[in-house]
Order: sequence, then structure tokens, then C-alpha cells
Amino acid sequence: MYIEEQDFAAKRIDWSVWKHLYRYALQQKGLFLTVIVALIFVALIDIAYPLFTSYAIDHFVVPKSLDGLGHFAALYAVVILLQGSGVITFINCAGQLEMKIAYTIRQDAFHRLQELSFSFYDRTAVGYIMARMMSDISRLSDMIAWSLVDVLWSLLFALGCMATMFALSWKLALISLAVLPLLAFISMKLQTLMLKHQREARKLNSRITGAFNEGIMGAVTTKTLVREEANAGEFNELTGSMKKASVKSALVSASFFPIVMSLGAIGTAFALTLGGEAVLSPQTAFVGALTAGTLVAFVSYCTQIFDPIQQLANILAEMLGAQASAERVITLLNTEPDITDRPDIVEKYGDILNPHPENWEPISGDITFDHVSFQYKNGERVLDDFSLNVQAGQTIALVGETGAGKSTIVNLLCRFYEPTEGSIRIDGTDYRERTQLWLQSSLGYVLQTPHLFSGTIQDNIRFGSPGATDEEVRQAARLVHAEPFILAQEKGYETEIGESGARLSTGQKQLLSFARVVLKNPRIFVLDEATSSIDTETEQLIQHAISHILQGRTSFIVAHRLSTIRSADRILVIRGGKIQESGTHEELLRLRGYYYDLYTQQFCEDRTAESLGSVKPERSLE
Amino acid sequence: MKKKENLKKNRAVRKETPAATNSEHRKVNWKLAGEFLHGFRNNIVLATLSVLLSTAFSYAVPYVTSFTLDYVIQGVDQSTPAFLLPLLESFGGRAFFTRNLFLCGVALFIFTGLNCLFTYTRRQNIAYASEGLAKTMRDSLYRHLEDVPYDYHKHASTGDLVQRCTSDVDTVRRFIQLQLMEIVRTFVMFFLAAAVMFSINVKMTLISMAFLPVLTISSFVYFQYVRKYFTASDEAEGALSTMLQENLTGMRVVRAFGQQKSEIDKFTKLNTNYRDTTYRLIKLLGLYWGMSDSVGYLQIALSLCMGVYFVWRGEFSLGNVALFTTYVAMLTWPVRQLGRILADMGKAAVSFGRLDEILSAPLEKEPGKSLTPDLSGDIVFDHVCFGYERPNDVLDGVSFTAKPGQTVAILGATGSGKTSLVQLLQRLYERTSGSITINGTDVNDIEHGHLRRNIGIVLQEPFLYSRTILENIRICAPCATDEDVYCAARTASVHDVIESFEHGYETLVGERGVTLSGGQQQRVAIARTLMQHAPILIFDDSMSAVDSETDAAIRRSLLALNRKGVTFLISHRITTLSQADNILVLEDGRITQQGTHSQLLRQPGLYRRIAEIQDAVSEGDA
Repeated sequence: MYIEEQDFAAKRIDWSVWKHLYRYALQQKGLFLTVIVALIFVALIDIAYPLFTSYAIDHFVVPKSLDGLGHFAALYAVVILLQGSGVITFINCAGQLEMKIAYTIRQDAFHRLQELSFSFYDRTAVGYIMARMMSDISRLSDMIAWSLVDVLWSLLFALGCMATMFALSWKLALISLAVLPLLAFISMKLQTLMLKHQREARKLNSRITGAFNEGIMGAVTTKTLVREEANAGEFNELTGSMKKASVKSALVSASFFPIVMSLGAIGTAFALTLGGEAVLSPQTAFVGALTAGTLVAFVSYCTQIFDPIQQLANILAEMLGAQASAERVITLLNTEPDITDRPDIVEKYGDILNPHPENWEPISGDITFDHVSFQYKNGERVLDDFSLNVQAGQTIALVGETGAGKSTIVNLLCRFYEPTEGSIRIDGTDYRERTQLWLQSSLGYVLQTPHLFSGTIQDNIRFGSPGATDEEVRQAARLVHAEPFILAQEKGYETEIGESGARLSTGQKQLLSFARVVLKNPRIFVLDEATSSIDTETEQLIQHAISHILQGRTSFIVAHRLSTIRSADRILVIRGGKIQESGTHEELLRLRGYYYDLYTQQFCEDRTAESLGSVKPERSLE
Repeated sequence: MKKKENLKKNRAVRKETPAATNSEHRKVNWKLAGEFLHGFRNNIVLATLSVLLSTAFSYAVPYVTSFTLDYVIQGVDQSTPAFLLPLLESFGGRAFFTRNLFLCGVALFIFTGLNCLFTYTRRQNIAYASEGLAKTMRDSLYRHLEDVPYDYHKHASTGDLVQRCTSDVDTVRRFIQLQLMEIVRTFVMFFLAAAVMFSINVKMTLISMAFLPVLTISSFVYFQYVRKYFTASDEAEGALSTMLQENLTGMRVVRAFGQQKSEIDKFTKLNTNYRDTTYRLIKLLGLYWGMSDSVGYLQIALSLCMGVYFVWRGEFSLGNVALFTTYVAMLTWPVRQLGRILADMGKAAVSFGRLDEILSAPLEKEPGKSLTPDLSGDIVFDHVCFGYERPNDVLDGVSFTAKPGQTVAILGATGSGKTSLVQLLQRLYERTSGSITINGTDVNDIEHGHLRRNIGIVLQEPFLYSRTILENIRICAPCATDEDVYCAARTASVHDVIESFEHGYETLVGERGVTLSGGQQQRVAIARTLMQHAPILIFDDSMSAVDSETDAAIRRSLLALNRKGVTFLISHRITTLSQADNILVLEDGRITQQGTHSQLLRQPGLYRRIAEIQDAVSEGDA
């Protein structure tokens, strides 16, 4: 439901990480340069504004004259309009830059995700990848584009202000800017502190989300256990610490602005005192002579210069905070797939983007597992010296406890994994001598929890065969008896099925996933059969669909239904990564071994359920 | 003047995507809002006071500059308020200040300091109020969701509730923390500035404030208008994220069908769309910020030029010009922001409405009398009827008596009313007619907590809290020793399983921990219920995922406990049911057969049919 992020703060900025990402910005040279030019332009005008006031005071106010006011006003207005268009330009370009960077990183990452092996997906939660792909990339592209704007503007403006101040009166500038280094230091410290507190609060916040989730999902249990008081007590403690952390975080950030501003006021106070003196008694003043207009401009610069300093501190702190995101995204982009096709093979057969199906040898469906062993990266050995010969068109049922290795066999067959020892041959050729796409385009695969995609029923049936005609789609649906329920939908084949098929029942989803396979007409069929509750009627429909699909294909079935098991050409009882019993249904029953026990137990449960006229109970083989 | 701030806020605008853009209009429940805010009225009053003071001091700062320019430097006292003049004279007039110019600097520093101090107290108080309010809201939501009837949770969507409890609470909190005070501050700023400026020069005030209402109204209108672009961008992001999620969860299907290329195409389309819609939004925002920036600066330029003119006419002073332009610059940003806040206020109201909806869901019905009698006596169901739509569509006239120490077994198809029957006993539902008494007391007169504490129930799909196994089992008996826990676990035949885990009893389960198998969960739940030491025990098909041998072992050890209360057993297994003292056969809400195993075997009916099936299998001729 929620994912706890280990959102660690970096101690220092690792520029190599950011350089890696800035490459994406540099791909957009035109935009990049336009942003820079527009910003320089805007910053220069920002620096010039106080000078306008200063000029007006010295030339119109103090001498009480209106000479040239018209020109002055016109120039002022033109500059303002120019600056307005500068602002429009750089927001425009920076926004475009941000979105293009995000777009490109997402494209690259998605492409990478389509290539990564299942060993990656097995150890990486979908939620984790989602967070990288959506929020992390958004955060980074935002940082890259807008931190460019922030850093550049802040630097230009601060330096410009300082330069102007020095030009107006270097002594006064030195005195009033004396607090600047201290200010920069304190800003940086406070920003980091603020980030730390914010993270604290965020962590607690995700715990609160978790607590709400648990409280709501477990509400019934809580009621029956009379835990309401105790749970609420614990929850109140949690919200209490959340409140404490948030208030603390709010107080730190509330103190930031006042501290910076008070420190800045020291500089301004000096500017006013010493500058005022310079206007009053130009001869004796320590900082030299000043006009009233210059004084006003000076005071104005003094108050403004602290803003960019704050900004710079803020960006550096933000970069520290976002570094973890950056590292995670780069890791994703740089993850190499475990299973790759050899370059010479890609040359002949093509890759996922440019396949060369004209070079693909047709598959007839003989499958050989030749002394295959498999172990996970963590050393867990799941399959040990497993050998099996299957002739084209045979149906193999795999039976056994959870964790016995049935799924591994199927995954190896689909080349979702590759054997760590031994080889798997299809029609006599080691499948590593072909591309993954070659095998997978001849593969029909149905999962025990059918997975559909948003879109219409038609789109989903056509998923594996984009070129199929409407009539072919209908035919496939008819063959698996899915048409009656499809036509009963509001818009028939054009019905939208919702996110992951949310608007359909499990049985209906199952039927569509069968239709999808039938349309693809694969040579090799793999079925991970469902153990979940389905009503008897759908059960019969599914049985029918399966028996249709099995005809004339090599099939591997991780079987749970008695009817499927019974009709298999060969049943393999898998235990501890090895074949324990092997043979036809009758042969195995005569053995009176594991299969016999399993069969009788299920037979009994099925019959009971039938008599009760109810949904089949969930089977469990512990 | 504050370009940087604009940019920052502009980014904030983009990031702050509305939680709910749907236009559900619900009248704000002011009474509830008042109740929530009541505890924090002191903070709110103090915050408002701080706003007044900090604004006043922030205005005093430019006034010091203006005073220095006019009174001290130029010797003009026309811009100094009349009431101050005698006071200044008593110090020694202008001469005193020219000699001690540093006093102006000190005043500037002190006023800035005070402004900072009250800015801090404002944010401090509003942090206490908003975070306190968030805590109060979270706590009452949590408690309320625990106390609503069982039925509420059966129909509610967990995701939706969690969403409301987290992001809607946050929207309301942010409204109080950021927006409410900002509105107050803007009005205070506007009226204070207007007061000061009017006291100096009415005509100039009108000229200097001419554009401000235009800015407010245009930003209000603009943000209303741009809302649909925010929505479009959010929806595009949502579509992209949904597609990504589907691709990742369906990765096996994608690979098995060799559809990587078409998935990349699909992703590219959505990614492009998201990029373009968001960019369109940024472009619009850029246009707005650029244009409103220009309007703001034009306003400053106008007051500067007109100020010059009035100085020339002798109606205005140098200090006044500096003061007016500074005030106008200070006002333009908040005034622009005000329009945006007003346009956004609807969001907080919608969120609050959704919270109100949860909090106004009726609570569980209180018992008539709140008795706490001993519950180890007879349980009598007398013509009990119950239904959701019609008064008897689930249970129709169920009557039976259970004596202390007896085991009552229930057999029936799914939907026959077994679960409702035991839930009525716990008053998770209210019966529609008939009576249920325990030890002679009607369950409707027994205090909820007392009733439920004395009835231990194990559900078919038990919920475990995300804590360690040890804590889960001990959850109802916090004082129990580890040995007591082990003992309960042994009775539930799960002790050895737990010990075999790497972390044993310290294994974390639930949402953030490992997932136990169905059978393990059921057994841990049995152990947890045993720790309650309740006289009445209910096993609602709670061994369905446990194999029959373990099932038998658990029942044997339960029997060995020699309990004095009534035990209810719901199961499909005849071996489980057969040892009960009384077996009820439920069909369509009625008890069709009742008796012991041997009695029921002698009569034709559902029980005998099922017994025969299961018997045949266990004798071994499948």
C-alpha cells in the first residue's frame, strides 16, 4: 500500500551524479542557451531598477525639475516591458527544458525496463520502480531545469548588486556587505537543518498512512478483539510525535527568514547611517560624498542582496536532499539485464525494436531440459540436475508443493531465467543461440492471476497479435466461449475493461487471457493454473478453453485442477527441485505415493463443494 | 523587486497539484470546523495579532529611510506626522539627529528586528494551530473509523478512506497554515499601507494603488481559468503512471507475447502527451507571471513619475517618493497571490467536506443496558431473523440452545448464513427479530466490549497487525509471559513453525513484514484468540487452509483445555464436525437438520451426503 523510502540525506554534493544528469540538459542546447541569455537579460534589468529610482531622485526630485521626465518614463516603461518578455521567455524555456529532460529520462528508463531480466523484477517491488519513474524523475528534471534558473539568476543578481554597490561607493559597500559571509554560512546550516526536520516529518507521515491503512483493513479484527482503545492510544502517540516533528520543522523554517533578515538589517543600518552622513556632510564623511538618490539605491541593494544568497543556500540544500533520488534514477538507468542476446545473434535475428522475423526458424515444439540446474543469485538452489524430454504436441502437468520448483521450470522454459548449468534445447537448438524474442513470439502464456491492460476487450485479445482482423479476434473469443459474456457487455468488443480489467470478474479475465493466446496461436503453451475460487459454471468454461488450447501444442501446465491433470500426457511430481514421480494419471495412482494422496484429498474437497453447491474452497498444500 | 520570490512561488504553484479537482460541492459544516478550531483559538488570535504587529513594523522600516531623507538630511518636516514633531523637538530637533545619525540606523535595525520577531511568532502560532488541528482531525478520524459498525467497513474502499484521512487532512492543514494567514496578512498590509499613504497624500495614494485591484481580480480570474490545464496535466500524468504500473505488473505477459516494442510505443505516446500538456500549463503560467510582473513594475514606475510631478508641484517630498514606491513594491506580490488563494479556497472546502462525510457516518448502536454479566452459561437463539435487504433474507427463524462446555458445529454452503449467525452473537450486526440470550441476558443489553472480550472469534481470513508474531499473539493480553504465548501457539500447532523462522517469534508480519501462508495466518490467529481466555469461542471456517491432520491436532489440544464455555465450529470437514455435541445444518438461512454425528448419519439429508463423499475418499477408493 505504501512504500517506506530510505530517504537519506547526502553529506556532500557528489558532482559526478549531477554531471551525469546534466548531460540530459545539454542535449537541449538551444533551450539551454536561451534560458541563460534570457536570465542574464532579466538579471541585468533587475539590477538596474534601483538606479532608475536613484536617477529620478537626483535629477527630478532634489533639483525639483521635470526636464526629461517624459523620456525617463518612456525608457522606464520600455525596460519594464522588456523584462516582462524576458521573464516569459525564460519560464517558457526552462519549463520546456524541464519537461523534455523528464521525457527523455523516462523514455530511456522505460526502454531499459523492457530489457531488464526477471531477476531484477524479482528483487525490485513495482512500487519502488514506480516511485523512481514518476516522482524521482519529476523531482530531478525540476531540479535540473529550475536550479539552473535559480543558480544563474542568484549569482548574476548578487554579483551585479555587489559590483554596482562597489561602483557607487566601495567603502560603504565593504562595510554594509561585511555580514554577507556569515549570512551565507548560517543560511546553508539552517537549510540543511530544515531538510533534516522535513525528512523526519515525512517519515512519520508515511507511518501514519500505514497506520490508517492497517486501522481500516483491520477494523473488524480490532472490533472482535476489543482493541479500539489500545489502537487509538497507539495512534494518538504516533500523531503526537508527528505533531511534535512538524511543529519543530515549522519552527526551524519560521526562524530562517527572520534570522537572515535581522542579520541583513545590520548592513542596511550601516548603509543608512554612513550613507546619510555622506549626503549630509560630503567633505567630512568617512565613505566620501553621496547623492540622495545613490543613498536610496544603496539601501535598496542592501535589502535585496540577501535574497539571492538565501536562494543559493536553498538550492545547495535541495541538491543534497535530491541526491538520493538522483542516485536511484542513475542506478536504474545503468542496471544491466542478466539475460542478453549475443551481438552476433542480434545481428541475425534483430532486437526488440528492430526484429528480423524473416530470419527466424519456425518452431515445432520439441523441448529438452539437459541436466539443467538453477540457483538464484543469493545462492538458493531451486533446480538440481533436471532432465526432461518433451515431444512436440505433448502436455506436461507439473504438480507439487509451493516452492518445489514448478514455477522455476516454467520460467526457465520461457527464458525469463537461464539455466546456471546445463542447457535447454528447442527443436534441438540451445535457445541461447536465438534471441529472446524468437522464443517468446512463439509462446503462449497464461498466468494464474490473469493480467489484462486498460483498453477495450478487443485491444486485449489482440495484445499479442496486433495485425489480427476483427473477425479473427471474434473467432478466438468464440473458441474459448468468451463471446457470450463479451456480447452481454454494453458495447460488446468495444467495452472498456478499466484499469487492469477492474470491471471484469476473475473468470471473465481468465477467458480473455485464453482468447488472447488462441489468437496468437503459439507453438508452446504455458499455463500457471489458478487455485482461486471460481464458480462452477466459469470453471467449466475455462476447462473447455484449456482443452481447446492444448490441442496440437507443446504445453507445460502448473496444474491444480484434477481434470487438467488427468488429461495430461505426462504428470511430473516435483519435490525439492527434482522429479519425484513421473507418468500418466493411472500410473501414478497405482504408485500410491504423493500424487495419490494429493489426488484423493482434492477429489474429496471438490465433491464436498459440489454437494454444498458453493464456490470451491481455496486449496492449500502446505 | 522580488523576481526570485515570484519564480519560487511559480514553481510551488506547479508542484502543488490539486488533490481533488472534481467539482463536488458540499456545504462546509461550520459547526464541525468550529469544534476543531476551538482548542486553537488562542493561537489563532495571537497569530492575527502578530500579523498586525509585524506588518506595522515592516512598514516602519522604509519610514525610517524616508524620515532620514526628509527630516534629517533635507530638513523638510512636511512628511513627518504632526504628532511626532513635538517629540522630535524635545530631543533637540534636526540638529540632534544630524549629530547622531546612527540613531536612524539603530531604529531601522530595531524595527526590522521587531518585524522579524512577530513574523516568527505568527508562524509559530499558526504552526501550533495547524499541526494541532491536523492531529485532532487524524485522531478523531481514526477513532471514528474504529467505532463505525462492521457493515461500514464491509462496503467501504480502503484506498479511498486512506486517501481522505491523509491527503484531505493535509489539504485542510495547509489551508490553515499557508493560506488563511496569507489572506489575513494581505488585507492587513493593504489597509495599513492605505492608511499611511492616505494620511500623506490622497491623490498619490489613489494613483499608487490604481493597479492593485486589477492585479487581484485578474489573478483570481486567471487561476480559475487555468484550473482545467492543471487538471489536464494531472490526468496526463495519471494516465502515464497507470500505463507504467500495468506494464510493470504485467511484465511477464508483455515478454511472453513479445510486445516490448508496442509497449514502448504506447509509453512514448503518453509520455509525449504528459510532456506537452504540462508544458502548455507552464507556458500559460509564464505568460501570467511575465505580464503581472510588468503590471506591478509599471505601477511602481507610475508612482515614481507621478511622485516626481507632485514634488515639483510642492505637494510631496523626497522621502514620500521613496516610501510610496517601497510600499507599492511590498504590496504587489501578496495582492497577486491573494487572487490565487481565493481561487484555490474551494479545494480546502471540498477536502473538509469529504472528512465531514466520514465523521458523520453513524456509530455502532449502543447497547440498551450496558450490563457486564458472566457469559459462561447457556446460549439461546430463539427465532432469530436477520437480513440486509429484507428482514429475513439471510437468517430466517433460527432457534437452538447451547449448553456450557458444549461444541456446536455448523455445516452449510457459502451464503447459507453461517457467518451471519455467529456475527449476530457478537453483535457485529443487529438481528431484525427474535432473541439471542447468553446466560439469560439479551446480548442487546450487554456492553459491547464485555460481550466481545468474552467471545473469541477466529475469522477465515484473519488479519494480523504489522508487528512481531509474539506481539500479535499477545495483543489481547499484554501482561502474558512469553511462556503463555508459546503455550497458546502449541495449542494452535504453530509453535514449531514459528520457531523454524529465522527470527522466530520476533518475525515481523503484516504490511511491513513477511507474508505468512494462509494456514500459518489462521493458526497464529487461533493462538491470538486463545490468549483472550474467552468463555465462548468461534472458529469461522478458520482451519480451511490447514491440512486435516493439523486440523485434528488443533482440535485435540483444544479439547484437552477442558473449556467451560460454548465452542462454535464452522467447517466443511466431516471429521471436524463429527465430534461436536450438536451439529446444525444450515440451508438458505434455516436450520434443516440438527443433532449429533450419529443422529444425522441416520437421516437422509445434506450432512449424510457429504459424509458419504468424504468417507469414500478417506477409505481410499478414489
